[in-house]
Amino acid sequence: MRFDGTEDYVATDDLKVAVNAAMTLRRPLLVKGEPGTGKTVLAYEIAKAMGTPLIEWNVKSTTKAHQGLYEYDAVARLRDGQLGDERVHDISNYIRKGKLWEAFTAPELPVLLIDEIDKADIEFPNDLLQELDRMEFHVYETKETIKAVERPIVIITSNNEKELPDAFLRRCFFHYIKFPDRETMQEIINVHFPDIQGILVKKAMDIFYDVRDVPGLKKKPSTSELLDWLKLILNEDMPLEVLQSKDSSKAIPPLHGALLKNEQDVMLFERLAFMAKREAR
Amino acid sequence: MFFNFMDELRAAGISASLKEHLVLLEALEKDVIRRSPEEFYYLSRATFVKDEGLLDRFDQVFSKVFKGIETSYGTQEEDIPLDWLKAVAEKYLSEEEMEKINSLGSWDEIMQTLKERLEEQQKRHEGGSKWIGTGGTSPYGNSGYNPEGVRIGGEGGQKKAIKVWDKREFQNLDNSKLLGTRNIKVALRRLRKFAREGAADELDINRTIDGTAKQGWLDIHMRPERHNAVKLLLFLDVGGSMDPFIKLCEELFSAATTEFKNLEFFYFHNCPYEGLWKDNRRRFSERTNTWDVLHKYGHDYKLIFVGDASMSPYEITHPGGSVEHFNEEAGVTWMHRLTNTYPAAAWLNPVPEKQWGYSQSVKIIRELMNDRMYPLTVDGLSDAMKELTRKQG
Repeated sequence: MRFDGTEDYVATDDLKVAVNAAMTLRRPLLVKGEPGTGKTVLAYEIAKAMGTPLIEWNVKSTTKAHQGLYEYDAVARLRDGQLGDERVHDISNYIRKGKLWEAFTAPELPVLLIDEIDKADIEFPNDLLQELDRMEFHVYETKETIKAVERPIVIITSNNEKELPDAFLRRCFFHYIKFPDRETMQEIINVHFPDIQGILVKKAMDIFYDVRDVPGLKKKPSTSELLDWLKLILNEDMPLEVLQSKDSSKAIPPLHGALLKNEQDVMLFERLAFMAKREAR
Repeated sequence: MFFNFMDELRAAGISASLKEHLVLLEALEKDVIRRSPEEFYYLSRATFVKDEGLLDRFDQVFSKVFKGIETSYGTQEEDIPLDWLKAVAEKYLSEEEMEKINSLGSWDEIMQTLKERLEEQQKRHEGGSKWIGTGGTSPYGNSGYNPEGVRIGGEGGQKKAIKVWDKREFQNLDNSKLLGTRNIKVALRRLRKFAREGAADELDINRTIDGTAKQGWLDIHMRPERHNAVKLLLFLDVGGSMDPFIKLCEELFSAATTEFKNLEFFYFHNCPYEGLWKDNRRRFSERTNTWDVLHKYGHDYKLIFVGDASMSPYEITHPGGSVEHFNEEAGVTWMHRLTNTYPAAAWLNPVPEKQWGYSQSVKIIRELMNDRMYPLTVDGLSDAMKELTRKQG
């Protein structure tokens, strides 16, 4: 079983090694990187490449670790007890399976994505240590132990909002997706827009990397934004000349809304355009 | 196998443990990688490094340990004499920029900027003119890897000229980077201490269910909401030598005000004396007596000074030393009073740590703070927060 990227996803060599290591040894892979560099998409693509189902666990600030294992719905049982429902006698009727349980008992080997683990409380990763290490946990209500038939492939993404505990990190492989260089970016664009004109891409990438180089931007545009922008340009059937015009007075790229997501950044560009105009005079 | 590698990693501050080592060996045994040096580098990186801030350091260690083992790739890392580089620096940085960088700090930083410039240059002229030597015929010869020297890796036509780890692409991610508001907030979060205080206005579902089950009727329990109960006193140095750091301090301040409910701040100049103020425009008319501050806010407040601690030593040690007014008691006395009243205290210094040794006043303040002075970087800030959360004994 080897992962070599897919038709829709360009994986760099180091990413391939990290993914393959995690898949072979069945240890979680922790992926970090700038927003929009394809952390979450990676899990989708691995599942697709392997032809296995993907189980997604989106972590929020209120998510608790045990919700990934199971939840005991005491309120429902209380209600059933008052209504005299027969189901009340079997406690397992009130156990709701979590994503980890699902992944452990899936009939086919799944890919489990724990998305944005850093959003949760600081203690969250610690509470999952044993579960991810041994891939088993105990259900106290029914006194049974759920053990993974086959260890699932676990992909964890983080945006670095909180530091993860050492003990947790030791159990993972780690990969930092760095911002793609021009060549990789070219490949990525080819994958997504196979029949785009080469010259258009080149111009667009010139503009894109220029925008990224502008000092003082609050949010630099990333890969996903470049792809959106290209899609827009193709949709609008924008003539090549518009991109090509190196007229400095037009410092704002066409359809900039896809690239710049912050009104201060747009302002910055407008100011630059204004200054360029004044210089031209 | 590779014990030496692990020792070096640990020496470089990457916390490699036996666990990771075993994982690496297991992966090698199971043939995760094809037998190539690059893949081995990628694999060991994914195994040992768990923080992108340490990637650069890992590259350096890897280069040091495995240097010479793999020789088929010719490296093309030119070491360039400093004076030659200086000439380039003058050519590519405007005078103002040189001034600015000089005022910021060291030659290293100039070189860093220059390097970024050069990289930029290469990107724009992809495949075009190479202006630092041409593919291997540099007059300066190759001397391989050198952590101290300024290296400019010319791409020289062949793509594989530079080893991946020698490229050190992750340099900018090192932990000593300066802060943004978001980073500051994350660092400040370490101080969080949740407690339930105040009016009971939240339904306590668990206790309600327990109570209801026990009593047989609906037994509602309420509890107060969870708040961050940390109390913070922030003393900010303003004016004079602090001017270059205004933006940094603003960021810290805005992050702190959103993170903490119990936050009180006061301004001082250079060193705290008998008066502090809250509004910088009326600093002379509306002063708060420092004694009042000491009496009003309890011992459980945590005290954070933010200042460059750069002044004449007399401003700290002698009565009347202040540059602004005549202070009857010396700054030392006031510093002692403050640190005695608030056992949990830290001094954040925006000046880079490297330069602290050059200023006598920094040394004095540092002594007064019992060494609890931290640089205003991500690492420094989280160290300071760690110190503040420590149990005061």
